[in-house]
Amino acid sequence: MDLVTEITILVLAVFVGFEVISKVPTTLHTPLMSQTNAIHGIVLLGGLIVVGYSDDFLGQLIGFISIVFGTINIVGGFMVTDRMLEMFGPKKKKPAEASGEDKGGEAGS
Amino acid sequence: MNAAIAALAPDSSLVAILYIVSFSLFIFGIKLGTHPTSARRGNMVAAVGMAIAVITTLLLEGIGNWGIIVAGILVGTVVGAVASKRVKMTEMPQMVALYNGLGGGAIALIAWSEYRHWIEQGKEAKAVLKDLAMVHGATPDGASAAISGIAGPTVSLEVLIPTLLAMVIGSISFWGSNVAFGKLQEIIPSQPLALPGQKLINGALLAILVAGLVYLGINNEYLDLDEPVFIAMLVVAALLGVGVVMPIGGADMPVVISLLNAFTGLSAAAAGIALDNTALIVAGTLVGSSGTILTLEMATAMNRSVANILFAGFGSPATGGGGDQEQRPYRSMNAQDAAIQLAYADSVVIVPGYGLAVAQAQHAVKEMADELNKKGVTVNYAIHPVAGRMPGHMNVLLAEADVPYDQLREMDEINPELPQTDVCVVIGANDVTNPAAKTDESSPIYGMPIIEVDEAQQVLVLKRSMSAGFAGIDNDLFYNEKTAMVFGDAKTTVQDIVAELGNL
Repeated sequence: MDLVTEITILVLAVFVGFEVISKVPTTLHTPLMSQTNAIHGIVLLGGLIVVGYSDDFLGQLIGFISIVFGTINIVGGFMVTDRMLEMFGPKKKKPAEASGEDKGGEAGS
Repeated sequence: MNAAIAALAPDSSLVAILYIVSFSLFIFGIKLGTHPTSARRGNMVAAVGMAIAVITTLLLEGIGNWGIIVAGILVGTVVGAVASKRVKMTEMPQMVALYNGLGGGAIALIAWSEYRHWIEQGKEAKAVLKDLAMVHGATPDGASAAISGIAGPTVSLEVLIPTLLAMVIGSISFWGSNVAFGKLQEIIPSQPLALPGQKLINGALLAILVAGLVYLGINNEYLDLDEPVFIAMLVVAALLGVGVVMPIGGADMPVVISLLNAFTGLSAAAAGIALDNTALIVAGTLVGSSGTILTLEMATAMNRSVANILFAGFGSPATGGGGDQEQRPYRSMNAQDAAIQLAYADSVVIVPGYGLAVAQAQHAVKEMADELNKKGVTVNYAIHPVAGRMPGHMNVLLAEADVPYDQLREMDEINPELPQTDVCVVIGANDVTNPAAKTDESSPIYGMPIIEVDEAQQVLVLKRSMSAGFAGIDNDLFYNEKTAMVFGDAKTTVQDIVAELGNL
């Protein structure tokens, strides 16, 4: 891919990013940050490519560390975000106010 | 190709399309993240996108060294999973800081690997040339001399420049984030720490860095690639990262964390350009945008520019406002009286700050709100954008304690209601309630938007002592005649109030 195409993609992604992310409410900023932590774990791809095609020891060692770092970001980031967002989600309702839940009620049967 | 259906040519359309699918899922996932009820689903969607990207890469033709890859993924998965289960919600700022650092560090290492890869290629090319010369009858020495003058092939600047940028930004982000982590975890004192002439040192480091990058960029022939200089630049960038974050105090951490988040994203985008990988470019740019938006929001909420936060620490003790050190009179109250005052109010607004997180008082606060609700008192929470140590920190803590998110009110929304509020309870917050920000032009925080607690009918301030906040500024609110101080650990005090409310 040529540089101009890549810069085009980058510029468009900046606009999409600003458009979407500026709508995230303040309440969700911490989960947003941990989710973006997980997303930049995409650097794992770079680590995989480096290790996958490398044949000297130091190169492999460097690549190994970057794979570990990237995986921690992805796994830890998505899991901790999920843990947080679970707390923001609909609360387990007390039986008295559970009237709206009947539509999916057969799940337990 | 025919051996395995699975192997994908790295430049095939299928790979390109799978990467497009994966980054579309990232964008869609973040979009679902704009509402609390759909955000969890959004996170899953983004995770699916990530899985697609990773699996696609693993299936690329010619990927080898499976032992190393599997070991790395295994170690990372275990560490990440365990950490995400164990971390406390109060520790989220540390965790995010650490993750920013890991991302940046990975990028810097990948850039280094790329550079080493080119050096290897250069050596191989040289060996081929030498063999060729010897075949034509040259002595080994003569062959070396003959090829030394040849202008060799060059690394395209289109990949060299992004690689160098990824290396520098990644290294700054890794070390800066580690310092931020250390400060938040209180391994390093959270006060501003700086060497004498720190600004000059940082300036010099930046100058060396720029010069080094230009040197590396100019010498882009394979045979001229200079690994020692490359490593030196990794180190200089590291020193710069440490030198910039070290002098920043605890209260400015929300800005620093957001900024490092943006940096990590940018370095990933740069690496994406170097590696011709659209998934990396788009994902990195999304993270960069997110970090930038949050940085700007945090800086606005403090009425300071990002440059001011980075280069002019708040550290010096307050000179304006309260230059006189005399004791001013204030009123204090015990938990019982506080409970009575709260019980007879119609509306209560709770203003949480970092002190609430430190004292782990979020569950006690929720209990207090429940007791008050039973007595017919309306309770809301006023959240300042920079309360806590990262964007949205207070919201997460209160959500953990099952506070419904519609009771978490933003500053601009709740300020107009405060004059009709009977009691404001300030728990572990200080500077974000300081009226000097509105009235005292000599105050370092003048102009910063605050939660206008002093407009409420009565104010209770839960605090350990009369000491100044992180900014080191005396708070006039504490001496206001409407204000009563309730001294003690936030959690214990709130629990005492809950007990007293039960007795009423």
